[in-house]
Amino acid sequence: MKFTLKVWRQKNAKAKGRFETYKIDGISPDTSFLEMLDILNNNLIVEGKEPVAFDHDCREGICGMCSLYINGRAHGPDDEITTCQLHMRKFKDGDTITIEPWRSAAFPVVKDLVVNRNAFDQILQAGGFISVGGVVPDANTIPIPKKDADESMDAASCIGCGACVATCKNGSAMLFVAARVSSLAKLPQGRAEAARRAQAMVAKMDELGFGACSNTQACEAECPKGVTIAHIARLNREFLFAKLEN
Amino acid sequence: MTETKLQSKIPSGPLSEKWTRHKAEIKVVSPANKRKLDIIVVGTGLGGASAAASLGELGYNVKVFCISDSPRRAHSIAAQGGINAAKNYQNDNDSVYRLFYDTIKGGDFRAREANVYRLAEVSNAIIDKCVALGVPFAREYGGLLANRSFGGAQVSRTFYARGQTGQQLLLGAYSALNRQIAAGTVKSYNRREMLDLVIIDGKARGIIVRNLETGEIERYGAHAVVLATGGYGNTYFLSTNAMNSNASAIMQCYHKGAFFANPCFVQIHPTCIPVHGKQQSKLTLMSESLRNDGKIWVPKKLEDVEKLRKKQIKPSQIPEEDRDYYLERRYPAFGNLVPRDVASRAAKERCDAGYGVNETGLAVFLDFAEPIKRLGKKVIADRYGNLFQMYEKITDVNPYEEPMQIYPAIHYTMGGLWVDYNLMTTIPGLYAIGEANFSDHGGNRLGASALMQGLADGYYILPVTIGDYLSHEIQTPKIDVNHPAFKESEDRVRERVKKIFKIQGKQPVDVLHKKLGNIMWEYCGMARNEQGLKKAIGLIDELKKEFWTDVLVPGVNEDFNQELEKALRLADYLEVGRLIALDALTRNESCGGHFREEMQTEEGEAKRDDENYMYVSAWEYRENKEPELHKEPLNYETIKVSTRNYKT
Repeated sequence: MKFTLKVWRQKNAKAKGRFETYKIDGISPDTSFLEMLDILNNNLIVEGKEPVAFDHDCREGICGMCSLYINGRAHGPDDEITTCQLHMRKFKDGDTITIEPWRSAAFPVVKDLVVNRNAFDQILQAGGFISVGGVVPDANTIPIPKKDADESMDAASCIGCGACVATCKNGSAMLFVAARVSSLAKLPQGRAEAARRAQAMVAKMDELGFGACSNTQACEAECPKGVTIAHIARLNREFLFAKLEN
Repeated sequence: MTETKLQSKIPSGPLSEKWTRHKAEIKVVSPANKRKLDIIVVGTGLGGASAAASLGELGYNVKVFCISDSPRRAHSIAAQGGINAAKNYQNDNDSVYRLFYDTIKGGDFRAREANVYRLAEVSNAIIDKCVALGVPFAREYGGLLANRSFGGAQVSRTFYARGQTGQQLLLGAYSALNRQIAAGTVKSYNRREMLDLVIIDGKARGIIVRNLETGEIERYGAHAVVLATGGYGNTYFLSTNAMNSNASAIMQCYHKGAFFANPCFVQIHPTCIPVHGKQQSKLTLMSESLRNDGKIWVPKKLEDVEKLRKKQIKPSQIPEEDRDYYLERRYPAFGNLVPRDVASRAAKERCDAGYGVNETGLAVFLDFAEPIKRLGKKVIADRYGNLFQMYEKITDVNPYEEPMQIYPAIHYTMGGLWVDYNLMTTIPGLYAIGEANFSDHGGNRLGASALMQGLADGYYILPVTIGDYLSHEIQTPKIDVNHPAFKESEDRVRERVKKIFKIQGKQPVDVLHKKLGNIMWEYCGMARNEQGLKKAIGLIDELKKEFWTDVLVPGVNEDFNQELEKALRLADYLEVGRLIALDALTRNESCGGHFREEMQTEEGEAKRDDENYMYVSAWEYRENKEPELHKEPLNYETIKVSTRNYKT
């Protein structure tokens, strides 16, 4: 297969970016999108040009490192996958493919397609944990209804990739924050700090320059792990309770 | 060869009392002194994140380093199937002793009794800790924790969170780490890669890192350094490891005097998606948990194989009586749940005999038709839904309708830096935990035991043992990074980087790495022999020359330069690759994941040689000379060493 690639190139956070166009040929339909970029890069290196910087790691859809905006969609033209799971058979031979980084005020570009998602770490540091000290009770001491554990797990499947932020027209991190708050709120061991957690994480999100949620549901549509906006509803509830408590 | 330098420091006393006694006998550091002591932790997977969080919680000053943009990306996140513990929640006669015995036996009697027993002993506390941290393990309708079975065990002791257990455990450890970062006890440095270890007066006192965003070379000092940097599986180019997982940190320490133990013990996992072509960059694992229900087979008739390859028939059209469920045939007692090394070799045997089911001849079936019929699609989807989805996305085949195709691939490395019972390497003050050390899995790791070991080391073992060492360091002032040893290390790193840029040859790093991968897979893969291993060493030596004269790395150091990162890593893989081959050549027995063709039974099973090889090989680096082999003999005080039998 052959493709025309329009790739965002940007030297660093301060530099002005631009699209560069590259041609690529001889790609197998079974090749993954990132493998196609590997091949592009090796071609560029041999031609004496600078390869395209992009983030990637596990290449099996779980680490959340890959982060490409492909033809106007986070993680490209398929549902519930990450870029690394996207294969070239999803495109037509001869297609032109546009590749951009996540675009959000809270995720500054590091270089080319690489962005800085440190803001996510900071939000979790604000309260996305259960405070556990030394010795804890036996794991089976508190039975947890399967339904609650399953819902907690649904929320916990968030991989922190940032597709929700990149997709949201406001650059809101609500789905990300909601996933963590909701996952812990569904468990009895997470209840003790639930109010403080919701408040602290939302405050940190606002402080870091993420936009407000206006319920367009775009985040849910592009989440590679199918995290739903039902968790945002739970976050709002937790947040409201916390306010009332105060 | 000498045994003198290796002191395993295994405590005396009965096996079941060693850890308790040891804990009682070693020193602790007072809270006031802990505040004055600095610890560096490199790596943020299960081992590193849990260690950094626990050490921070204890009150030490911790600096934690990771190569990704966030600690949560560490490759522990990709572990799928589960984590073992001896809870005996199923009341199926599990116990600490049984978990210990299964692990020692699974490792083909090449691990230390005392270490493995301790691992089994602390396994239960790990589950308690993870639940307290909010890990959403799978539960039964009654609300209690669910379990499943894994290879090499006849009890059900594996705790899991769908097919994302590693992710959930890592998020737990990462959340504990985040709490410490917020509290100020841990400082986190992301996108930093360790490029050298700094030793002052014989003790590990700091590290040199490269800031991957800016290219700056930075110095960090501490009273002790903990490596939690994972294994060296990416030496083979194609593996299930993440692209950034690498061996550079452990190799820098090896070059500085840390012994490298059992490098040839590399795990080849039986259930991975087969290689599709030359453009492939990595392989994807299909969790071992699938072997709970999935049945592995190839056709009995070669004409069916031909038809499959030509796509004239679908696998589901082959009648039951024409299928060879070769694991159930060869190993009736364990069936599809034999350990990984056994299952991998059995797949290779069938494919070598011409029964491989895809165009390349290197694939077997993992079939769910029978369990779907027996349990219903919903139950199977509940257990393995995300794995089935992943398989379909990659291969375009729906595993609910046609069997998966699988083939063995490099997955995990049992070998690693040699450590004593306290997890300290041969360099005082340098510790290695998780996959980075060699300590618990012998010649073969059982499924769901890597997560157990990473968290055991990080949550429960290292935080205790490091106190003993640091109790002697309370008078040592803060480590000054202006000490000449730091400058010397930094200069060496800069020199290395400069040397690589100076080459400006013709071959990008990937091209050379693939060449190394081919050599490794061909001669140091599932079957090894003397002639092949000798050839591999020669080929690697040649490739090393090729690398240092012909690699092409674009750009400059002072930038986000991923090609430079890869080049520095490949330089180290070339060294590890050679060490793997050398160790494999020296170990003239078949044992665990290490299969020497010269040493097999008439039935093609591995033939161990306990008389000559019941030892840990520990390699000492020597400049411009072959490394020196040291041997740590393995003494089994409690169990009877036997030939592994998964047949009856």
